Amino acid sequence: MPLVFEWLWLPRLTRGLWVTLQLTGACMGIGALLGLLLALARVYTRGPVYWIASLYVQFFRGTPLLVQLMIIHFGLPSAGIVLPAFVSGLLAMALNTAAYQAEYFRGAIQSVKAGQMLAARSLGLSAWQAICRIILPQALRLVIPPWSNELVYMLKYSTIVYMVGVADLLGEARNIAARNFRFLELYIVAALFYLALVLLLTVAQRVIERQLRIPGLGVPRERP
Amino acid sequence: MAPLLRTEDVHKRYGKEEVLRGVSMCLEPGETKVIIGPSGTGKSTLLRCINRLTEPDRGRIWLEEQEVTARKASINRLRADIGFVFQDFNLFTHLTSLENVRLGPLRVRRLGRPQANRTALEALAQVGLSDKTKSYPAELSGGQQQRVAIARALAMHPKLILFDEPTSALDPELIGEVLEVMVRLAKSGMTMLVVSHEMGFARSVADEIIFMEHGVIVEQGPPSRMFKAPTQARTGEFLRKISELYGEAD
Ligand SMILES: Nc1ncnc2c1ncn2[C@@H]1O[C@H](COP(=O)(O)OP(=O)(O)OP(=O)(O)O)[C@@H](O)[C@H]1O
Ligand SMILES: [Mg+2]
Repeated sequence: MPLVFEWLWLPRLTRGLWVTLQLTGACMGIGALLGLLLALARVYTRGPVYWIASLYVQFFRGTPLLVQLMIIHFGLPSAGIVLPAFVSGLLAMALNTAAYQAEYFRGAIQSVKAGQMLAARSLGLSAWQAICRIILPQALRLVIPPWSNELVYMLKYSTIVYMVGVADLLGEARNIAARNFRFLELYIVAALFYLALVLLLTVAQRVIERQLRIPGLGVPRERP
Repeated sequence: MAPLLRTEDVHKRYGKEEVLRGVSMCLEPGETKVIIGPSGTGKSTLLRCINRLTEPDRGRIWLEEQEVTARKASINRLRADIGFVFQDFNLFTHLTSLENVRLGPLRVRRLGRPQANRTALEALAQVGLSDKTKSYPAELSGGQQQRVAIARALAMHPKLILFDEPTSALDPELIGEVLEVMVRLAKSGMTMLVVSHEMGFARSVADEIIFMEHGVIVEQGPPSRMFKAPTQARTGEFLRKISELYGEAD
């Protein structure tokens, strides 16, 4: 009997899907917060804060995510820090994406024209007010496209957590297939799930971009 | 009466280049002075030193009896009292005209929203843009953008407005509408320090023209005298050159 008629695997796969969504969502959220702080440090500070932020970004962009995960999950226990697999996976993904997101945020902040800050300060806004009310509202709009790419990327890259035994979407597919030996079908179904998610996110990005669109801000859409 | 603005021996250098080499001037309440001078002379730098967008290296600046250059000056409060109009407008790209003009009253003056709105609408009316409150900067002509920028300064009810070449980024046919607003402001008693080579404007409203070169004030005086009988040869030369470039002052 073809796989599609056996619905028994569906609840387990859905559970895996939920784990994938949790991992991706949480790592993107934490990554956005940390990434934004890193970007602000790299743009607006000097001295030790700047250097720490730069070193962080350099380290996490310069080493493979998988290696980072191995260090956290299998390395840290020798230092007495034992983390559950899900936490290790989330931590590695969040720390990693934060470094990439920091670069996207930095690029966006720096592409806001210098005159905007001058005008804000000349009104008597504090530096912090100017950043929050003038620079970030523009930068965050500009960062939507690269940020969405990063989201899609992390969604797909979240599959590495099965290396430490987390039953995410791919992990569940593998577990089911290990029992009924329908590897081809299950991996294809898993792939289709990822594809559907990616398409959904792409549509969501379009909608959000259109909603937040302001004339004169951001790159005009390319016309064929 | 104490001058509204006083600068005393202001110096600024960028690297090896001494951009301001001791500038002293003052501005009485209600006065309009126009600064002219060749490119790279330090006119913009002087304006920026006055509200400390640029830190002067040496010298002192007072706004009424408060010292702007004092170490403990609350610079944000002082800046709120000093309007600044930029050559390239620098309107906040993501905000409508109304939001641009309202931001200062709302976030710096901390007026309530209804009052900030009222103040902003008044300022926009003053520059003749009551019908453009909902437009974003990108939807406005250069002349309109600069008028919104002037309204943004006005809405703070500043003691003084600094203008840095407010019309030199504009197409010729849009210069008039901005100058018209500025003339009206000057005549209504606003204190203004204007870097501009629009000699028609200078002649009609300036109390004094200040000629700067190489980081110092070479000569200053009322337009009538500066045009007819400048004491420095360089002043006459420069005035002749800009009337060729910008047309006669009338
Ligand atoms: N931030 C800066 N860093 C380094 N040099 C600067 C900076 N700002 C201005 N300068 C230099 O200082 C000099 C004076 O500049 P400033 O803009 O004050 O002249 P200006 O009289 O306004 O000229 P213009 O008529 O071209 O606007 C110029 O040589 C300029 O290159
Ligand atoms: Mg200049």
